[in-house]
Formats: sequence, structure tokens, C-alpha cells
Amino acid sequence: MSKVVAVTGNEAVANALRQINPDVCAAYPITPQTDLMQRFASFVSDGLVDTEMILVESEHSAMSACVGAAAGGGRAVTATSGPGLALMWEILFVASGMRLPILMPVVNRSLSAPLNIHGDHSDAMGARDSGWIQLWSENAQEAYDNTVQALLIAEHMDIRLPIMVCMDGFIISHSIERVEYLDDDVVKNFVGSYKPLNPLLDIKHPKSIGPLILPDLYLEYKRMQHEAMSKVKDVVLQTAESFQKISGRKYGLFETYRLDDAEIAIVILNSAAGTTKDVIDIYRNKGIKVGLLKPRLFRPFPYEEVGEALKHLKAICVLDRADSFGAFGPLYTEIVSSIYLTKSQPIVINKIYGLGGRDYMPEHAKIVIEELIDIINTGKVRLYKDYLGVRE
Amino acid sequence: MTTTPLSLKELSKKEILLSYGHRMCSGCGAPIVVKMVLLASDYPVIACSSTGCLEVSTCISQYTAWKIPWIHSAFENAAATLSGVETMYRSLKKKGKISDDIKFIAFCGDGGTYDIGFQSLSGAMERWHDMLYVCYDNGAYMNTGIQRSSATPLGADTTTCPAGSVIPGKQQQRKDLTKIMADHGIPYAAQASISNWSDLMKKVKKALSIKGPKFMNILAPCNRGWRSRSDDAVMLSRLAVETCYWPLYEIENGNLRITYKPKEKKPLEEFFKTQGRFKHLFSPENEWILKKSQEDVDRNWERLLREEACISQPEVNKEIEKSQ
Ligand SMILES: Cc1ncc(C[n+]2csc(CCOP(=O)(O)OP(=O)(O)O)c2C)c(N)n1
Ligand code: SF4
Ligand SMILES: [Mg+2]
Repeated sequence: MSKVVAVTGNEAVANALRQINPDVCAAYPITPQTDLMQRFASFVSDGLVDTEMILVESEHSAMSACVGAAAGGGRAVTATSGPGLALMWEILFVASGMRLPILMPVVNRSLSAPLNIHGDHSDAMGARDSGWIQLWSENAQEAYDNTVQALLIAEHMDIRLPIMVCMDGFIISHSIERVEYLDDDVVKNFVGSYKPLNPLLDIKHPKSIGPLILPDLYLEYKRMQHEAMSKVKDVVLQTAESFQKISGRKYGLFETYRLDDAEIAIVILNSAAGTTKDVIDIYRNKGIKVGLLKPRLFRPFPYEEVGEALKHLKAICVLDRADSFGAFGPLYTEIVSSIYLTKSQPIVINKIYGLGGRDYMPEHAKIVIEELIDIINTGKVRLYKDYLGVRE
Repeated sequence: MTTTPLSLKELSKKEILLSYGHRMCSGCGAPIVVKMVLLASDYPVIACSSTGCLEVSTCISQYTAWKIPWIHSAFENAAATLSGVETMYRSLKKKGKISDDIKFIAFCGDGGTYDIGFQSLSGAMERWHDMLYVCYDNGAYMNTGIQRSSATPLGADTTTCPAGSVIPGKQQQRKDLTKIMADHGIPYAAQASISNWSDLMKKVKKALSIKGPKFMNILAPCNRGWRSRSDDAVMLSRLAVETCYWPLYEIENGNLRITYKPKEKKPLEEFFKTQGRFKHLFSPENEWILKKSQEDVDRNWERLLREEACISQPEVNKEIEKSQ
């Protein structure tokens, strides 16, 4: 029997980790992730899981310990935010290069300077090329569901890659929402037992892990990582299908909202999608054909599917909660690439919003929709990249 | 557990667990360190190395010299990586998925230990992981071409502190890492040398018999960086010990014991003059560096003797307290 609870995003994800019961968990505090690991640590202290904790002295060591633990031959997890993820950067590539299916919830936070502890996507976007699978979550329910599904994807024998589950810092990690928990047994069966691949701890079959690879082979290694990534899409969909059977909740590579007959649309990640959907309803009631696309799988990016879903539109605004200074936002470039593949040519503009936890309000969605209406009426674009909600 | 006695006859029957054919320079001290440490172990071992000469030369492409499970993750994180392996071991053992009694040993250079990996090492020791961390100390970043590290001795010529006409090599003394590691309160810290193989192997045996974090610092001559003859690694190690530049001692649960005392302490010059990295110290204007280095060695040796005496003779301890 599933259970309906009122919990924060951090609480929901910590509970998913409890149900997964990993072999090893490395933890280091950083806002807004801190209380996720605190909650998990209390599960360990109370004997609700038999996980061994490693209370490391930095995130760099958290990821390094996860690399060692996963290479050892079991399930390893950690969680982090913003600067913690930035500090792990080097080892993120080690984890994916060694094909270790580590699970890491990322409670999205901005990067310094200036110091800011609030939610934006600079952290995970900075790690988008690290070879990790990335699932993004709109709310606590999605964060919980993605966490439960993550290991099935990461540990799939065709894939064996590490996975991040992203949710917005504070907005989701710290607000209480209605969440439906699955039963412990149901999650346990769903996740199944770990199948080690070349475990270092198999003392009878010694292996050397982490060699020096010279230019004669390095490219082949990287190409193999790409091959593994290219299989992720299918496994994400298979996993979503089996997850629907146990939960009744449907997931895909992305979510669309009133998009099929839309003329204009907003593309947006994570929590801000909720606010946007409400505003879309208001405009739909006025007869404006507006819709939304919210990516769930950002790495690997499902270009063909996203392109197909967007190609009929006249104008699109991609909202990025991370900036690439002097360039378009990271989501924007993916969306433009997706559409380019379809040969269709809607106008696509980019808005940077919500950095450092700046609230994204219904009026911001309204501004964007009005601008898109204006663009399709006049055919004119004022600015391809602009900032939303910035105080001039 | 049956233990192999430390006799050459018995040891010669054991398999060498780092194979020949690795690509370290001929005459390098580091692989000798690894072989001796592994030879001393009566347990199966899982090893971890930080990026550096040993790592890049022992596992390239499809070839590995390691006959035991071995992992390399990055330069600054061997202790953290191995702490992950060791924790997974405990977790799986607790669940009955592993039954072997396995030991965990890190083999890392001085750069990966004294400098960039220091935080990771300190953390792993403080967390009390059951592992032996072995630093093979060749006194510089050799893999990247002999750059200064905090293990580089005063006055040494390296590529980032070259002996120039104005600045005569490294201007600072070495970090005393063995002392710092012992000050973590770990159950065992020791210094060893390949010239005194039986002392080295006894220390390894003792370290592996103790549960918890252990640290060993082992001098590893590098003929490329030290500008010395390529067949002198053992002789140089011996000179380092006989001059008390590299004293052999152990600190077990806070108790210091000098495990080898030279009958006659040789002047440091004898060690220095065998190496091109100290060549410039023998010109008159740099004499002060030689003098200071000798004073540093003397002071450190006397400190060790004093500390050992305090522990073995509590009355001396009281005398010292009174006099202060
Ligand atoms: C983060 C990072 N910084 C720098 C390097 C470059 N690097 C690789 S090995 C090395 C020197 C290793 O020195 P040490 O640990 O003393 O080992 P040795 O080569 O002397 O045996 C350096 C600087 C690196 N690989 N990673
Ligand atoms: S450069 Fe020095 S440390 Fe490196 S392999 Fe050669 S002799 Fe050994
Ligand atoms: Mg070195």
C-alpha cells in the first residue's frame, strides 16, 4: 500500500535512499542538501538501513570515496549542491570514465562569487559534460520517483554510468508538498539486488582499475562512453514503464503540457514548470495556443524526440536558470539543436531567470508569453538572449 | 594466519606481486618499496595509487604490473578512494557477501601525500579506516619533471626552484610528515628505508597486524631527480639512514622507538655529495645551506633520541619537566 505524506523534497529523497538501502554512502554538508544527508544519517543511526556511512572531509573526497566504494563492487551514493558539485568536478569524470553506477541527488544551488546558497542550475549545468546521466525533477514527488528509478537506469548492464537526480534547492528541497511513497518492499523489489561488474574486492580475480591510456586508445574509451549514453534513452523509457506499473505515475524523456496544438511554447526545467503551467492555463482560457515542454532527461539529451515535439511551433522561449556568460543558456543551445534536426524554423529566444534563488513568479511567465505573442504577430525579435525579472 | 618468517630463504619462495616489465626508470627506488611492502604481507592486499611515476608506469593501456587488485583514481585522492573501497569491504563483509580477510594499502608519491593529497590523507586517518598508507618519498614531483614539493629538502635543485645565480635551490626545509601523521593519534606511524629491508618488512607486518589507520614513510631514491647513478638506490638509502637524514623509527600508540641507530653518524655531506641536485651547495657561497641542513638533521635526531628516552625512561621525562 502506498502512503500519502506531506514532506519536503529532501525528506522524500532521503526516504527513497532509505528504501534503496545502499551499501555505502559518503556525506558532506552543504546547503541546501545538508538535511537530506542528515536524515539519511539518522536512518543509519536508527538501524533502518545497513549502509556504511563515510563522513568525509570534503566533497572531493565524497566523490572519491564513492568511486572507491563502487569500484569495490556495491552500491554507493552521495548527495551535494552547488560548490560541492563544483569541487567534485574532476572526480565526476573519473566516476563516469570508470563506468561506475553511483547515484547522487543534486539539490541545485548557485555558484560563488558572490556567495549565494539558493537554487539555480549552474551546478548541474557545469557538470553536464561529465558523462553522468541527469534526471531533473519538478517537485518532491518527481524527485522521489526519479531517485527510485535512477539505479535501474545507471546499473543496467548496457549502461553502467553514474546518475544525478536534480531538484531545485529550497524551492523543492525545503518546501512541504504532498508526496506518495511506495511501500518499502515494492521499492526493494523494483530496485533489485546489485549486480557487480569486475569488482575490485574480488580478490581471486585481480584487476587494475584506472590505467593510463595514451592517445592510441583514449578516443575509443570516450567513444564507448558515448555508446553507453546513447542507450540510456531506451532504458529510461523501459524503467518508466515498469515504474508506472508499481506507482501509476507516468514518466517519459520529457513532459509536455498543452503542447500538441500550441503555436508558442515555453521550455523550462524543474520547479518553475509548475508556475508556468498555471499561467498557460490562464492564456489558454483566453484562446491563446500556448504550451510547455519540460525536459526530464537532460543527459543524454533526447534531441530527436524534443525536436519532434517542438517543430510545429511558431515561436519558443527557452528559460535557463543557469547562464553561460557571453553565450546562450545551456538549455537553449540544446533546444535549438533539437529543432535544427527537424529542418523546421520556429523563432527561439532565450531568457535567463531565477539565478541565485530569485523567485520565478506568474508575472514572469506572462511577460514571456506576451513577448512570444508579439513575436508571432510582428515577426520581430527584440533580443535573442535576455534576462527575466532582473532589477535594472 | 600463517606468517612467513623474515628470512631471505623463505621470502625468496614468495611471489613478487609487482611484476617485472613495468616502465619505471631502471634503478628507481619506488618499485622496490612496493615489492618489499607486498612481500611482507601475509594477507591478500588491495592497493591504490595516486597519479605519479609509480602509477603511470605500472598500468598502461592493456598492461598492468600489478598482480593484486589495484585502483588509481586521481592525484590528490588515493586515501579517500581507498577509504571507499575499505568501507565497501566492511559493508559487504557485514552482509556475508565477502569472507576473505583483506588488507588495504595505498602507495603514493610525496606530492600526492605531503601536498595535494594531504587533506584526503588526514581525513582518512581521522576516520579510522583500516588501511596502511605508504608514501614513497622521492622528494619532488618526479612524474611531471622534478618540481619542488614540500618533501623536497632545503637547497635541492628542482625545475621549479632551480639553483640559479641568485636563488640557490629550494629555500625552505622539508615538512616532517611522519611526525604530523603520528600526531593524528593513529595507532602506528613509521619511517623506513629499502636499505634496511628487514626493518622495513617488520614494520609492514606490525602495521598490518594493527586495526585502524597506519602510515609509513619510505625513502625512494629517484636517480632522474636526484641526479645520481642509476644503480645506487639502495646505497643512497643507506647513506640517508647512516647520516640520520632519514632516521628509522616507529611511533606505536604514541610511543616512539628508534629502530636503527647508526654506530657512527655520518656527516650529511656524504649523502649530499652523491647527488647532482645538491652540487651547487658545495661552492663557498652556499656553504651556509649545508651547515643549516646539518644542524636541522642533528636537531631532529636529538629530538628523536630525547622523545624515545622520555618514553622508555619515565624518570627522564620528569627531569625534563622539572627543568622547564
Ligand atoms: C589535480 C592534478 N594536479 C596536477 C597533476 C599533475 N601531476 C601528475 S603526477 C604529478 C607529480 C607526482 O608527484 P609525486 O606524488 O611526488 O609522485 P612521483 O611522480 O614523484 O613518484 C603531478 C604534479 C595531476 N595529475 N592532477
Ligand atoms: S623519474 Fe625517478 S621516481 Fe620516476 S620512475 Fe624515474 S627514477 Fe623513478
Ligand atoms: Mg615524488
